Amino acid sequence: MTTDAAFGNGPLRILIAEDNHSDRMILHAILTRQGHEVVMATDGMEAVEAFHREAPQMVLLDAMMPRMDGLEAAREIKAAAGEQLVPIIFLTSLSDPESLASCLEVGGDDFLSKPYNRVILRAKINAFRRMRELHQSLQNERDRTHQRNEQMLHEQEMARRVFDNIAHRGCLGAENIRYEASPMSIFNGDVLFASPKPSGGVHLFVGDFTGHGLPAAIGAVPLAEIFYGMTAKGFAISDILREMNRKMQAILPTGVFCCAAMVDLNLKSGHAEVWNGGLPSGYLLRHDGSRDELRSRHLPLGILPADRFSAACERHAMEVGEHLLLCSDGVMESVNREGEMFGEDRILEVLAGGGTPSDVFERLRGAVRSFAEGVGSEDDITILDVAMAEESLLEAVEPEVLPDTGAGPLDWEMTYELRNETLARFNPVPLLLHICMDVPGLRLFSGELYTIITELFNNALEHGVLRLPSSLKDSPAGFSRYYSERERLLGEIRHGAVSIRLEHRPDPQRRGGRLLIRVEDSGDGFSGEALSQSLAHNGLSGRGLALVRQLCNNVRLCGKGNCIEAEFVWHAGRGESRSGVSEEGNSHE
Amino acid sequence: MSITTEQSDDGSTLTIHIQGRFDFSSHQAFRHSYEGADSSITRYVIDMSETTYLDSSALGMLLLLRDYAGGEKSDVRIVNCNGDVRRILTISNFEQLFQIDD
Repeated sequence: MTTDAAFGNGPLRILIAEDNHSDRMILHAILTRQGHEVVMATDGMEAVEAFHREAPQMVLLDAMMPRMDGLEAAREIKAAAGEQLVPIIFLTSLSDPESLASCLEVGGDDFLSKPYNRVILRAKINAFRRMRELHQSLQNERDRTHQRNEQMLHEQEMARRVFDNIAHRGCLGAENIRYEASPMSIFNGDVLFASPKPSGGVHLFVGDFTGHGLPAAIGAVPLAEIFYGMTAKGFAISDILREMNRKMQAILPTGVFCCAAMVDLNLKSGHAEVWNGGLPSGYLLRHDGSRDELRSRHLPLGILPADRFSAACERHAMEVGEHLLLCSDGVMESVNREGEMFGEDRILEVLAGGGTPSDVFERLRGAVRSFAEGVGSEDDITILDVAMAEESLLEAVEPEVLPDTGAGPLDWEMTYELRNETLARFNPVPLLLHICMDVPGLRLFSGELYTIITELFNNALEHGVLRLPSSLKDSPAGFSRYYSERERLLGEIRHGAVSIRLEHRPDPQRRGGRLLIRVEDSGDGFSGEALSQSLAHNGLSGRGLALVRQLCNNVRLCGKGNCIEAEFVWHAGRGESRSGVSEEGNSHE
Repeated sequence: MSITTEQSDDGSTLTIHIQGRFDFSSHQAFRHSYEGADSSITRYVIDMSETTYLDSSALGMLLLLRDYAGGEKSDVRIVNCNGDVRRILTISNFEQLFQIDD
């Protein structure tokens, strides 16, 4: 910014256009004495030429001149000046309002009446000089803003590409998934992920960060890393949610969080596990036209500390062809020209509009688009639609398995023992699973292995070390007492150990292998009878070992009953790994 | 949007009234409303009777107040919510963090 002094006193180049010689000389004398540089013209034509040639900063123009009069000259000068503010002061002896008005209409800025008064002339020149300066700084500001905006858009475009590389590598393109999300939606804080699970099925995630722009976008990168990384490693939905929450809580400032919903779509069993924290209700669209509401039951990600966070999901059975619909609050909040919001009622109207479950996505998208037409809020809208499909559908989609170089360990064993207080504080399962995943090809079975190791470890911890009787779980009240007891005992744990031994042997043709999982605890052991009893059990307990028994080829009790050994035989190319399982743990249900 | 405050006679409760839309534009005013208040205050009441709309950045601001008021030990009540405001608080499950009276 130029200071007022420099600005007020510096010389200007001023064009004088005046056909009267003596007037011209008087003006010349006054302006020169005031320190300005003067350019002279004797008629309108000369004035326009001089303007082009000398680029004066201000013009004093006689209204009536030969060849081209002042009015016409003013018009041409203003046109030539373009965005520059070149003040034109008419020199006139006219006094009728209409003539004066026409001077202003053609672009004049002021008048100076003859005879000229030097004091007034100086004041006017100074006033217009200030106006020019103001105009100039506004324009500079505008240009700078424009330039910054360009730069920001460019940076956003770059950032978006980086983000796309991280976030859109999943299976959003799968046949049973449809979505609506603007390319720049990341800067509205909306994220959308989908990834096939190594064990079959899909994980899906819709998130909506508080706020807009960079602060909203920045949390999305670690979120995507966790989602894709942990899904590929075979972690369960609840582990992924817990990790996301932990990370978001650690890195985001208070007040910034992520409303989200996550779905684990199990194509094999025809179930969807749904967790909703802060997103508007999603819907399960049934064949018979009914729908289940998937309500938000949790706080958004990034608010609660890990010990208070709940990753509990709702489980819904879904038939092939039934759909699950999720959207960010941009849908409800999109406004029309009248400023009305789309609102929950309009969503329900679309849902109730008949048609098959697969029509709803297009109808909802269409309804929101036409509602918000011309308002330009469609950038804020994220809708995800996924259909329950045959398991074979996802075979076309490659699960994101890190390339198998075949160089991983095939023939190995390890023992990992957790002792004393560590038992209460550390869950060894992801670490052990991670080790198993290094076996080339075994990654496809991460879901099964996760279940097996988790169940065996929990069994050893709860029944062996903590000595919780599983009969406690036989009534619903006992069930919750069981878990509060578990918490209490874990808190008091001082002595005890659980040892996990993993042993992998490749099969001779190298087309699979055999993983032996042996979990031993420091408890007193329980009888073989107890094992078989719990497997045939019809109550709330005993599910864990029954499950292990289903997934494994061989499960046996050893030692003094404080050790269980499970054998998992697998073949490259899924599907045939578990032949010959005879006990059907839930055949009694 | 305007935010006004009022302190109880015994000086322990600060009531914050939020008129109109409660969104990011209220950020400064909302913070000033409690940061500038007496240190004797132990209890906060957010009166939403005249709040027409609440967005997610407002939820963030409520969390900031909660932190300021002592986090887990804070005593922050949200009162007189209209339907739309209540809906957003419910979707976000904020009743787990705040006492919400309709």
